[in-house]
Amino acid sequence: MSAIDEIPGTAEREQHGPIHHKGPGPAESGWLDPRGRGHGGRALALHRITGLVIVAYLYLHLGVLSMLLIGSSAWSSFLSLVTAKSFLALEVVLIAAVLFHGLNGIRVAFVGSGIAVTRERGLFWAGTAIGTAAVIFAALHILGALS
Amino acid sequence: MSEEEHPAGGPAVTQTGQDDTRRFRVFRYKRGDGGERFDEFEVPVGPHTTVLDALRWIKQHKDPSLALRFSCLHASCGTCGVQVDGREELGCVCSVQDQGAEITVEPLANLPILTDLVVEMNGFFARFPHEHPIIRSSGIPAEGGNGQVHLEGGHEVMLDLPGPVPLHHHPLHHQHRAAPPAVDFVRLEDCIECGLCLSACPVAATSHEYVGPAALAAAERLLEEPRGVNREDVLAWAGRPEGVWRCHVGLECTRACPAEAIPAERIMALRRELTFGGPDDQEGER
Repeated sequence: MSAIDEIPGTAEREQHGPIHHKGPGPAESGWLDPRGRGHGGRALALHRITGLVIVAYLYLHLGVLSMLLIGSSAWSSFLSLVTAKSFLALEVVLIAAVLFHGLNGIRVAFVGSGIAVTRERGLFWAGTAIGTAAVIFAALHILGALS
Repeated sequence: MSEEEHPAGGPAVTQTGQDDTRRFRVFRYKRGDGGERFDEFEVPVGPHTTVLDALRWIKQHKDPSLALRFSCLHASCGTCGVQVDGREELGCVCSVQDQGAEITVEPLANLPILTDLVVEMNGFFARFPHEHPIIRSSGIPAEGGNGQVHLEGGHEVMLDLPGPVPLHHHPLHHQHRAAPPAVDFVRLEDCIECGLCLSACPVAATSHEYVGPAALAAAERLLEEPRGVNREDVLAWAGRPEGVWRCHVGLECTRACPAEAIPAERIMALRRELTFGGPDDQEGER
């Protein structure tokens, strides 16, 4: 035993407190805290969220396709549901998520490989502009304004 | 200190003129208290009051038990880093006039809290590449040695450095706190080792294995000026799974850095080096 171990309170002093994380909730949600974040941090958070949305849609899509196994009546009644405008609006949200995830992924690929580090802000806003225009076009098209 | 205290406890400024007050919500944690909480204080402020001024005013006039860490008061030492409304700031240069009516002050994230606003920085420094010359701490002198040690993979490792090193005579100094003079003292230019980048990093929030922006920036700085360090070793260190590839390009580290050390850009430079290799003329010269 070294001399320092014999000093009362040493063990208590060597115990650290909890690790503080950003935001409320469990520690793992710290990346979600929007306070004080710049466009990069918010893009990262949105990238993760849209990624989860796309994965969830994939499984939902597979589940919907499995309805074909039940029969044509089940499929027909499902089609009447998904062609409602309120449901079509969700498709616009899905398209927005896919576009953001894809365009931001291109930006991250360029910046993350050290190719366009100094142009990352321009890439971000260029992707935002392209994505916004595409979502508006898709929304008008899907919801029938162009048809 | 040149601080001029106002009679009867205000304002928390070095300049004259008490303009208004701000409500401070200050994070509190004391070992054994059974949890974390926020305490609220009304603090009189002037036109040039900083967050650190306000915290010191609270400590002096409202709650002496409030623990905070600071030293130079001019953004050089990097010790007074806190989160102000969730944003990483050096308290000594963060004006309260730039904040809202209510200001929430929390300790840095992603590092263990010692007490209140004071975090344990060992975990921050232990992340640095062991080749980095500044990351050396004092330690127990070996038999006939000079006592210089450095951190390597989180453990202190004795260095074999020339020359005698005077030691203090206090037994604790002999055991754990010997303070030999710094040798080969070279620091990452601009970086003040404040830990704000690690706190701001969203990836560090979910992965304690990630070495973090400051350490990777230090590694990239080593590539710029190796001074005898093996570049391949540094690249191998940076290219580990918990190294540069764990970064998700949130770029919050560069945004939080008060010294413009551009850690995110340095991480991307490391990635470029690992992906494409450096220019031929850099080999053996940098």
